Amino acid sequence: MQSLKRFSWTDVFMWVVGAALLTLIVVGSYLTLQQGKYTTVQWFDLAVFGLAQGSVYALIALGYTLVYGILRMINFAHSEIFMSGAYIGFFVATSMQRSGFLRENPVLGIVFIFLTAMTTSAILAILLERIAYRPLRGAPRLVPLITAIGASFFLQYTFRGLFGTQNRAYPEIDFIRGAIPLFGSFQIQKIQLIVIIAAALMMAALAFFVQYTKTGKAMRAVSEDKSVAALMGIDVDKIIVRTFVIGASLAGAAGVLYCFMFRIVTFYMGFIPGLKAFTAAVLGGIGNPPGAMLGGLFLGIFESLGPTLFLDGLGIPAPYQLKDVIAFTMLVMILIFRPTGILGERLSKTKA
Amino acid sequence: MNKRLLALLSVLVIASMALAACGTPATEAPAPEPTEAATDAPTEAPAPAAFECTDAIGCVTVAPGDPIHIAYALTVSGATASLGDDSRGAIEIAIADRGGELLGHPIELSGEDTLCNAEGGQAAGTKISADPTIVGVIGTNCSSEARAAMPLISQAGMVMISPSNTNPDLTNPDHPDAHPGYFRTAHNDLFQGRIAAEFAYNELGVRSVATIHDGSPYAESLQKVFADVFRELGGTVTAQEAINVGDTDMGPVLTTIAAGAPELIYYPIFEPEVALVTSKAKEISGLENAILMGADAGFSDTFPEAAGSAAVGMYLSGPYVDVNNPAYGEFLAKWADQIGGVPPSGFHAHAYDATNMLLNAIEQVAVVDADGTVHIPRQALRDALYGLSGFAGLTGNLTCDANGDCATGEALGVFQLSQAEVDGAWPPPVFWQP
Repeated sequence: MQSLKRFSWTDVFMWVVGAALLTLIVVGSYLTLQQGKYTTVQWFDLAVFGLAQGSVYALIALGYTLVYGILRMINFAHSEIFMSGAYIGFFVATSMQRSGFLRENPVLGIVFIFLTAMTTSAILAILLERIAYRPLRGAPRLVPLITAIGASFFLQYTFRGLFGTQNRAYPEIDFIRGAIPLFGSFQIQKIQLIVIIAAALMMAALAFFVQYTKTGKAMRAVSEDKSVAALMGIDVDKIIVRTFVIGASLAGAAGVLYCFMFRIVTFYMGFIPGLKAFTAAVLGGIGNPPGAMLGGLFLGIFESLGPTLFLDGLGIPAPYQLKDVIAFTMLVMILIFRPTGILGERLSKTKA
Repeated sequence: MNKRLLALLSVLVIASMALAACGTPATEAPAPEPTEAATDAPTEAPAPAAFECTDAIGCVTVAPGDPIHIAYALTVSGATASLGDDSRGAIEIAIADRGGELLGHPIELSGEDTLCNAEGGQAAGTKISADPTIVGVIGTNCSSEARAAMPLISQAGMVMISPSNTNPDLTNPDHPDAHPGYFRTAHNDLFQGRIAAEFAYNELGVRSVATIHDGSPYAESLQKVFADVFRELGGTVTAQEAINVGDTDMGPVLTTIAAGAPELIYYPIFEPEVALVTSKAKEISGLENAILMGADAGFSDTFPEAAGSAAVGMYLSGPYVDVNNPAYGEFLAKWADQIGGVPPSGFHAHAYDATNMLLNAIEQVAVVDADGTVHIPRQALRDALYGLSGFAGLTGNLTCDANGDCATGEALGVFQLSQAEVDGAWPPPVFWQP
């Protein structure tokens, strides 16, 4: 009887919408596979594209989720941290390409690109935290959020002012081009392999760091309860700065990987990946690092496979235009049926 | 306190409105005092009757010493900036050719950045149509901009001549996107799509193609014309895919296209997406040998470098200007002298012709008073442009039809990119001409 009382028509409506979408997906996928238009190799390629794109989303999403976990704020300037890393990486890569260094010592060169990009992003994040966020630590929750949006615009237009509005072409690094044959006619692009492996390594390192190091434990403690953590002798400010540094380094690395894949740099490049990564963080359960990784990969694969798998069989023309519709519909559906995200934590009272 | 402040504010607002209202007629009608004329020059012939505007949509009056104001609406920032810079340079050269003067008045050129999207076109159209001193507009670059800006500009009585809009709807009298006062010196895509399809079918001998567009009115209609003509010729169109402006990952869409195994992919899209498709296409299994072909949207000096080595061998359909025409050589010399380098895209000659057409038409219809005041009747200006025939421009002999199409479609060619363009050379040599 109790459950019947809680029953509302909105719920029924949402379940009907959800069921309709699920049917659409199942029927669409069935029809597409029935047609047999695409070979296994092509499905594999699509999945790999999704995985590579998703890895980049995941790396950026970690920055959103780590900061949210500790400060309960969405750092909307994070997408510009990503952009700054990509930009600095671009300058380093271009000059090394010109001098021929990148051709002779590709591995060393690439490591150097990563280091400079990650360092720049980290420094920018430290400044951002010190100047824009720390003075507002005690302010109502909306205040730092608005500041973050302001900081995002500030950074974007600073880069626009410094480096102009044009798109810049990233140099072609021969070392990371070409394909690696797997078995049969399956093959994988070197660059995609690098992106997937690099992202996986960084995420594993992060998971280890958070779980087993002293700083990681302190981060978790601060995330649980700032004042109690302070009473236990943890320097909360220091931990917050470190969290920003970790998130920003991952974003800087993501910026470099993104440029390796798409070879394009502009002041505006952070916006869409940032938005998608934020979506991924929410999808996975914001505040939860494994959730952000999962959300990123999910989103990437959905974007890549979804239009072909779900919509092609239904006879919808040019399905790739609806890529974002699929991604965001999925977000809405997951939030309706699991408001905390895929791996969402149960928010305790002190945290919420 | 607050009420007082409000009262004060409203008084100020009302006062400023009243002042503004008084201000306009004073500047618009600087009619000489008849009594003065009578006393000062009693022996001379009576002063000519003051100009009376009988034009259906009004006149622009330019007082002595005031500039004749024209505007540009071009995409001069962001990824498509080379398209806008290309047109803007040509407009500046055309004005400089006349010493910056027209009918004894300086020419004032103001500009709006249209960003190659509907929002930019809307904003530019709103700003331009709000300025009654503007006589005519050179623009826009992208058809999406024109679609949003033209209703406003047409409503304001101005003329607009586009150097690079190619969407067929803009001059199709049965389509809501066509507005009076709109002209273009660029080819209509009904020509470009046909030429590109004929080139693919007859010259390259391919029998199956796929197309990609980005949802913009330009790309969507051009790929449609291309696909329709290609089918007419007897070929197969394996896919007509689409991406979004701002997408970066072209792998999935190209993999889907690869399933149909087309011999050629035609993607008339803008930067940066055109470069992203180009650099990705050769990496997709099944498309290693596919021929790549873009259109005038990718005809920009920054594109080959952005696409990298994958662009070598790629074809671009686009505007062709006879390089052996001495007038064009002269124009390029002026460009090198006044702006520096070479024009970054393919529509500078069209913009130069458009500006000259506009300035000539103003000269033709303007009524000049004895004191140098110039009156430009707006409908007469439109009629003069609609009636233009045999105008010898850089892009050929231009004759405007009743719908505003002034180009014939002869000035089109197919270009092929080589390693030289990837390394920075520009423009590419023409490969084929119909």
